Amino acid sequence: MWSRLVWLGLRAPLGGRQGFTSKADPQGSGRITAQVIEHLERLALVDFGSCEAVARLEKAIAFADRLRAVDTDGVEPMESVLEDRCLYLRSDNVVEGNCADELLQNSHRVVEEYFVAPPGNISLPKLDEQEPFPHS
Amino acid sequence: MLGRTLQEVSAALKQGQITPTELCQKCLSLIKKTKFLNAYITVSEEVALKQAEESEKRYKNGQSLGDLDGIPIAVKDNFSTSGIETTCASNMLKGYIPPYNATVVQKLLDQGALLMGKTNLDEFAMGSGSTDGIFGPVKNPWSYSKQYREKRKQNPHSKNEDSDWLITGGSSGGSAAAVSAFTCYAALGSDTGGSTRNPAAHCGLVGFKPSYGLVSRHGLIPLVNSMDVPGILTRCVDDAAIVLGALAGPDPKDSTTVHDPINKPFMLPSLADVSKLCIGIPKEYLIPELSSEVRSLWSKAADLFESEGAKVLEVSLPHTSYSIVCYHVLCTSEVASNMARFDGLQYGHRCDINVSTEAMYAATRREGFNDVVRGRILSGNFFLLKENYENYFVKAQKVRRLIANDFVNAFNSGVDVLLTPTTLSEAVPYLEFIKEDNRTRSAQDDIFTQAVNMAGLPAVSIPVALSNQGLPIGLQFIGRAFCDQQLLTVARWFEKQVQFPVIQLQELMDDCSAVLENEKSASVSLKQ
Repeated sequence: MWSRLVWLGLRAPLGGRQGFTSKADPQGSGRITAQVIEHLERLALVDFGSCEAVARLEKAIAFADRLRAVDTDGVEPMESVLEDRCLYLRSDNVVEGNCADELLQNSHRVVEEYFVAPPGNISLPKLDEQEPFPHS
Repeated sequence: MLGRTLQEVSAALKQGQITPTELCQKCLSLIKKTKFLNAYITVSEEVALKQAEESEKRYKNGQSLGDLDGIPIAVKDNFSTSGIETTCASNMLKGYIPPYNATVVQKLLDQGALLMGKTNLDEFAMGSGSTDGIFGPVKNPWSYSKQYREKRKQNPHSKNEDSDWLITGGSSGGSAAAVSAFTCYAALGSDTGGSTRNPAAHCGLVGFKPSYGLVSRHGLIPLVNSMDVPGILTRCVDDAAIVLGALAGPDPKDSTTVHDPINKPFMLPSLADVSKLCIGIPKEYLIPELSSEVRSLWSKAADLFESEGAKVLEVSLPHTSYSIVCYHVLCTSEVASNMARFDGLQYGHRCDINVSTEAMYAATRREGFNDVVRGRILSGNFFLLKENYENYFVKAQKVRRLIANDFVNAFNSGVDVLLTPTTLSEAVPYLEFIKEDNRTRSAQDDIFTQAVNMAGLPAVSIPVALSNQGLPIGLQFIGRAFCDQQLLTVARWFEKQVQFPVIQLQELMDDCSAVLENEKSASVSLKQ
């Protein structure tokens, strides 16, 4: 039961997202529809959490829109300032490792030499159709 | 002894005037006294004392490792330090203890430096005030300086005057406060959009950003892979050169470090002939928001070079006004990617939800990140959406090339070094700073500094003079890629000319108990 309550609590912001879309925000582009919010939250696995956050995103987008004024015809995108150089590659020899214990120490849930993750084949939006799992 | 430069203390250690243990203990005691500044997240007392002991043995046997042996330093809390908690001022990494040292930390330790602690910052280095971390904001030591208090005609003994303390700038504010308050001789910061130079200017320090590719980023928890560099904060240029000498160089663990032979050690020659120099002044940096005091100091600095025979030219960086927008898009996009690693599985915070991987990740990330970080992740993901990728991300990458080319053109016109302001004004009070949100403030405060990160050039902020309010103002020098030594040489000459005053914190030291009382009452209202 507890896990379901927690889960509903988690989903509450998403459920209330209709109220998040800013309508008459003069600085906003009005492009953050409920659909976009859901999409971004799923991609980022981070939630907006409030109307202010959506408004901030709209302002950020409006800010970024200023780039349209720049003429970039014929300009190649720049990925790195070191683009004219070759990245240094190490030779393919094993020189370190055997540090499983150290690495496992930082995880909260470990079984023998495995990091333990919850079931992975369950995507975020469909979850409320399923039976809640017992909280382990 | 604590007010000396790194060079001076190093000489004192070699001559036996003071031992590393004594030095370490003095710094530790000062750290305790200045706790209200909130500069340190973790003070690694035992580690430092042990290192001091070993350093002392080396000095006794005449086997010192070099100029940094026995010197107290501090490291920003987004550098991994083996066995010492590294949090990035975030709930996501609270309690995280890395199993390895960042390369730059390892290099400093190999030279015998004493690690005093990990300093405070904005959460994940996102911010320009060092106000948004989970451990609270960092206070600028200049808020308590005699110079500032006298100008405000404040009674230093008054008990309720701590509410208008000033920010340090960010995001390496803790490192800046630590060096400025004499608790260490040098500190590592990181610089993605100005995060080392901004607090350096506000705290009256030398803040150096090396060329991208000169110093290893291995172990620096990344924000923007194509722009991050470790930064150095010291009280004078010679000290920064000593630290740079220890840190610069290729690292097999960071393939973005260049393997060209570099001039080591970074012993700076005296600037032989100022009249051979050509200083460039980018005209687009003269914006209305620039405070009149900074503008006047900028102008005086240009005049100073001219009076010594240097050529001072106006240059144009035509895409300057788009630079901050471009930075914003690229930064949030790379952040969205870099923050994806925090899912709670292998390290860091993990929530209690166990229903599914995605649910667990989502809840972990919501609990672990603050609004600023989440906002940037979401913005970044927006710009990276299929329908937006060309119009925002690729567009910004193209604009980045135009901006980098602007600099190349300016340097090709015969300019050796560019001279610009570092910040719009002196440090502002915290209560005023928080009136605007993080993104707005970053857009305002990073305006002179972020273009340099996009072009990967070296830059340094030098403290020039005190404002009418008694607060430090710094100016920035920008050099050609990998001409860090030349840049620092010019900066050092300039530093000697301007003779920036030392911060007077004596009343603070004598009066620390009164301030601590203030802090107890003030901290209740300031806690988030």
